[in-house]
Amino acid sequence: MKNLKTLIIAITFILGLESTAYSGDIEEGKKLAFDRKKGNCLACHMIDDGELAGNNGPPLIAMKARFPDREVLFNQIWDPTENNPNSFMPPFGKHGAITKIEINKIIEYLYTL
Amino acid sequence: MGNIFHKFLLVLVLVNITAYASPEEDLELFRDHFKNRFPNTEFSDYKNGVYSIDASSREQWESIEDFPPYELNIEDGERLFNQPFKNGNTYSSCFENSGIGIRQNYPYFDEDTGRVMTLELAINNCRKDNGEKPLSYYKGGPMADISAYMAYTSRGNKFDVKIPNSQEALDAYEAGKKLYFTKVGQLNFSCADCHVYQTGSKLRADIPSPGIGHSTHFPAYRSGAGRLVTLHERFAGCLNRVRAKPFKAQNEEYRNLEYFISYMSNGLEINGPGSRK
Ligand code: HEC
Ligand code: HEC
Repeated sequence: MKNLKTLIIAITFILGLESTAYSGDIEEGKKLAFDRKKGNCLACHMIDDGELAGNNGPPLIAMKARFPDREVLFNQIWDPTENNPNSFMPPFGKHGAITKIEINKIIEYLYTL
Repeated sequence: MGNIFHKFLLVLVLVNITAYASPEEDLELFRDHFKNRFPNTEFSDYKNGVYSIDASSREQWESIEDFPPYELNIEDGERLFNQPFKNGNTYSSCFENSGIGIRQNYPYFDEDTGRVMTLELAINNCRKDNGEKPLSYYKGGPMADISAYMAYTSRGNKFDVKIPNSQEALDAYEAGKKLYFTKVGQLNFSCADCHVYQTGSKLRADIPSPGIGHSTHFPAYRSGAGRLVTLHERFAGCLNRVRAKPFKAQNEEYRNLEYFISYMSNGLEINGPGSRK
C-alpha cells in the first residue's frame, strides 16, 4: 500500500514534469506556427484563434483524429511536394525554413487542435 | 471539390503552357482560366488588378483614386520629359509619335539587338544616345516619373505587345514564361502559384491579383512605400517575399518576364500610373 502510494506520487511527479515540458513546447509550437518569419501557417490555414488567417489550405482542426500517424504530419510539413508535386505549401523542412525540432514543436501544438 | 478542380486545371494549364504552345494559344488558355475563375469579372476590368476581383478593397481604392497620390509625379514626369538635354534634344526625339501615347507598344522585341526592349530601358538608351547619364531604376525618382507620364499620355490605349515569328523573339517569350511558372526561393513559389492558381485566395490579409492586367498600370504608387514603384521593383518585391534572390532591374530575366506578362495583358487598357496598397 505504501509502495503503491510512493509509486503514484513518483508517476504523478514524472508526468507532471513531462507535461510542463510539453506545455512549453505547445506554446512555442503555436508561436512558430503563427510567426511570419517561421511557419507562417496562418498565411494559408485557419488555425485556432489566429487572426487574419488565409484560406487556400484546409483548416487545421481535429489534427489527432485526422493525423493519428505523427510521421505523416511531419512529412507534410517537412516537404508537402512529396505528396503533391505542385503543392502550394512550401517545403519548410526540406528548404531549411524551419528545423526538425521546430516542426516537432509545431506538431505538439497541432495535436491540441 | 474546388480543390480537385484546381488541381485538374493546374495540370491542364501546366501541361499546355509548358509544352510548345504558340503565344496565341497561351493567351487563349490564360484568359479562359481567369474567365472560369472569376466569371463575374469583365475582361476590361482586369486592368484594375486585385480590385477587379475583391469588392471589399475596391471601394477604398476608388476613393484614393479620387485624389490620386501620383498626380505630382505625372507633373514632374512631364517637365522632365520636355526638358532639353545638354545637346538640345529632348526625349521626344527618341520615340515614335514623339513619345506620346505609346506605352501600349512596350515591351517589344528589338530585332537589331536580339533583346526585349522595355520602355524604361528605352528611356535610358535615349539618354545615353544623347550623352546623358542613365537614371536609376530604383526608389521612384525621375525614371519612375517619366515612365508614369508616358503611361499617362497612353491611358485608354490597349496593350498591343507583339511576338514576332522569329526564333529569338520566341525564345525571349519562352524564357519569360518559364520563369513565370518555375517555383523558386526557399518558400518554393512560382509567380503562377500566386497569380494564376491561387489568385483570389487569401494569404493572411493579402489577395494575389490575377496574372492578367499586371503591367497596365505601372509604375504604381504604393501607399505602403509612399512613392512610385516600377514593375521590376514589384517583381523584386514578390521574389523577396518567397525568399528568392531578386534580379537587377532591367536585366534579361526581368525583361523577358515583362514581355510574357505584358503579352498576357494584350487588349487591356493602359491606366498607368495606378495606385496600390
Ligand atoms: C502558402 C500556403 C501554405 C502555408 C504557408 C502552409 N500551408 Fe499547409 N497546406 C497548404 C495547402 C494548399 C494544403 C493542401 C494540400 C497540398 O496541396 O499540399 C496544405 C495542407 C496541409 C496539411 C494537410 C491538411 C489536411 O487536412 O489534409 C497540413 C497538416 C498542413 N498543411 C500544415 C501546415 C503547417 C503546420 C504549416 C506551417 C508550418 C503550413 N501548413 C503552412 C498551404 C499552406
Ligand atoms: C507568395 C505569393 C506571391 C508570389 C509567389 C508572387 N506574388 Fe506577385 N503579388 C502577391 C501579392 C499578395 C501581391 C499584392 C496584391 C496584388 O496582387 O496586387 C502581389 C503583387 C504583384 C504585382 C502588382 C499587381 C498590381 O496590380 O499592382 C505584380 C506585377 C506581381 N505581383 C508580379 C509577380 C511576379 C512576376 C511574380 C514572380 C516573379 C510574383 N508576382 C510572385 C503575391 C505573390
